[in-house]
Amino acid sequence: MTATLETRAPRRRRLGRLSESRNGLGFLFMLPAAVFLLFFLTYPLGLGVWLGFTDSKIGRPGVFIGLENYRWLFDDPVFWLTVFNTIFYTVFASIAKFALGLWLALLLNRHLPFKNFFRAVILLPWVVPTVLSAMAFWWIFDSQFSIISWSLMRLGVIDQPINFLGDPWNARWSVIAANIWRGIPFVAISLLAGLQTIPQSLNEAAAIDGATSWQRFTKVTLPLLTPIIAVVMTFSVLFTFTDFQLIYVLTRGGPVNATHLMATLSFQRAIPGGQLGEGAAIAVAMIPFLLAAILFSFFGLQRRRWQQGND
Amino acid sequence: MASVTMDGVRKSYGSHEVLHGIDIGIEEGEFVVLVGPSGCGKSTLLRMLAGLEHITAGRILIGGRVVNDLPPKDRDIAMVFQNYALYPHLTVAENMGFSLKLAGASRAAIADKVRPAAEILGLAHLLDRYPRMLSGGQRQRVAMGRAIVRDPQVFLFDEPLSNLDAKLRVTMRTEIKNLHQRLKTTTVYVTHDQIEAMTMADKIVVMHDGRVEQIGAPLELYDRPANLFVAGFIGSPAMSMIRGTLAADGQFLADDGSRLPVGDTGRAREGQSLIYGVRPEAMQLGGTVPLTVEVTEPTGAETYVVGRMGGTPITGVFRSRIDVRPGGTLDIAIDPAAVHLFDAEGGQRLTA
Repeated sequence: MTATLETRAPRRRRLGRLSESRNGLGFLFMLPAAVFLLFFLTYPLGLGVWLGFTDSKIGRPGVFIGLENYRWLFDDPVFWLTVFNTIFYTVFASIAKFALGLWLALLLNRHLPFKNFFRAVILLPWVVPTVLSAMAFWWIFDSQFSIISWSLMRLGVIDQPINFLGDPWNARWSVIAANIWRGIPFVAISLLAGLQTIPQSLNEAAAIDGATSWQRFTKVTLPLLTPIIAVVMTFSVLFTFTDFQLIYVLTRGGPVNATHLMATLSFQRAIPGGQLGEGAAIAVAMIPFLLAAILFSFFGLQRRRWQQGND
Repeated sequence: MASVTMDGVRKSYGSHEVLHGIDIGIEEGEFVVLVGPSGCGKSTLLRMLAGLEHITAGRILIGGRVVNDLPPKDRDIAMVFQNYALYPHLTVAENMGFSLKLAGASRAAIADKVRPAAEILGLAHLLDRYPRMLSGGQRQRVAMGRAIVRDPQVFLFDEPLSNLDAKLRVTMRTEIKNLHQRLKTTTVYVTHDQIEAMTMADKIVVMHDGRVEQIGAPLELYDRPANLFVAGFIGSPAMSMIRGTLAADGQFLADDGSRLPVGDTGRAREGQSLIYGVRPEAMQLGGTVPLTVEVTEPTGAETYVVGRMGGTPITGVFRSRIDVRPGGTLDIAIDPAAVHLFDAEGGQRLTA
């Protein structure tokens, strides 16, 4: 009797203390979200990493084999080709998406007639399901019925259809073009939102201070936009690096693996190929690249000195 | 320093005209305040002078040169914006020296200009800070510093004090006036606050609905408002206005039947429908005009009395302390020489 009383009292005191301390309460309130994240993010990620260290095949659990999968990939020219493809794809698509997206955002930030209509239209490529737009590009890039080839032949520029997806370099540029088309809206609309946070009076003040329109862009608009550019481009790079759907519908990685990205190769080896362990290892190999991109933006995103202080 | 002339200036947005032919002459070194209620077009006019808005018709001259088609940077003006428009990514020194840097001045030349301007404004110790780290008053000073550094022909101020608290506003008012007396640069200042206009201006331009109602020195506007709008706009508390006519004996016959004294009837004719205007301080205690007291507001030095005469609200200000309960009656006298008569139809001043 006395024993139970004695044990209960300190426990109640501990709970009371927990509910009074700021950190304790914070921890308590974070718990549901933490459990959720742990279950739906960490578990699959952890499982993927674990699979990468096993020789699992579909229908066979497999055993721990250490770094054997990675050693195998290290000597696999196809894997290195996909690493090159992925970087090539990400770099060129991201640069083009940034340049065109910024240009579009600057255009949309002006006083245009039907401004809202244009802003809505811009979003379309992003709203359409990827598979659907990929199918459309499949037709646009068709070796015989391509509208681009047809138009150019009609204009007399070329005399036979362009083999968009059949030639390795043509295929690389074609999938990049499709990715740019799909990714521009995200960049343009996000940067437009950023542009609208820049007060008009800053541009006017710069105009009075003697800045040309190019100087107003480089010395006022661009510096004030950098924090948003950093966020938008981080996301854009992450989306592009992990792209799967577009490639899978358009080329399935062909011709001769010229458009195989790490994501498509991972899927190819793991599911149709049945080598779960090896596929997982390829996916895990993407992590360092993604981490590098995130770290890059983390330092880019750090509040600059001019952003600090109270408003 | 330069003179500024506006000659029949008009502004339309599509078919909607917002400024209907503005003529203003500003002399070299003058401090001119454009004042009027919001939406009267004063800011638009200033922006047209700055080159930020297109001039639909008419001409604007700065220093005798037509600037209608010149871009802002070629007009040799500097502007202080309502929200200060400081570049957030530049330090105070960089903000102030921005125009010089654009003009290709050397680092030493920029420092030579920025330093004295910062000293005038008491910003010397803040030169390395960013705008976010400054208080409202300091930001305001940086914005003025940016204008001073350019050493322009004309300073333009667009409601520069409206984002500050009441106390700081009074301080900055004095500072801007001091600055003008020191630099003697022609200044055009826009505000909706008639007290700012009265205290700072050499010349006030009262605007209303895209027209100039009256141009004159502050006290001229106060003593001889050209029309009902100016009479009601300038002065705080506002002038009391009573409807009525001029009686045969030369006195004013209010609509409620009370008779009020008139000094000079001017162009007012007997029987004409009139507005009788009297400023709060033109009333004294102890007279024959009964005022029904509604509210008394003692401020220490003076007492404001808000009351009614017949149905008309009247505000008086008295030097002595008054102890009348709301609902009580106060007998007042009106100084006949300080009475303004206006035409009830067109609102024009009839007293000389």
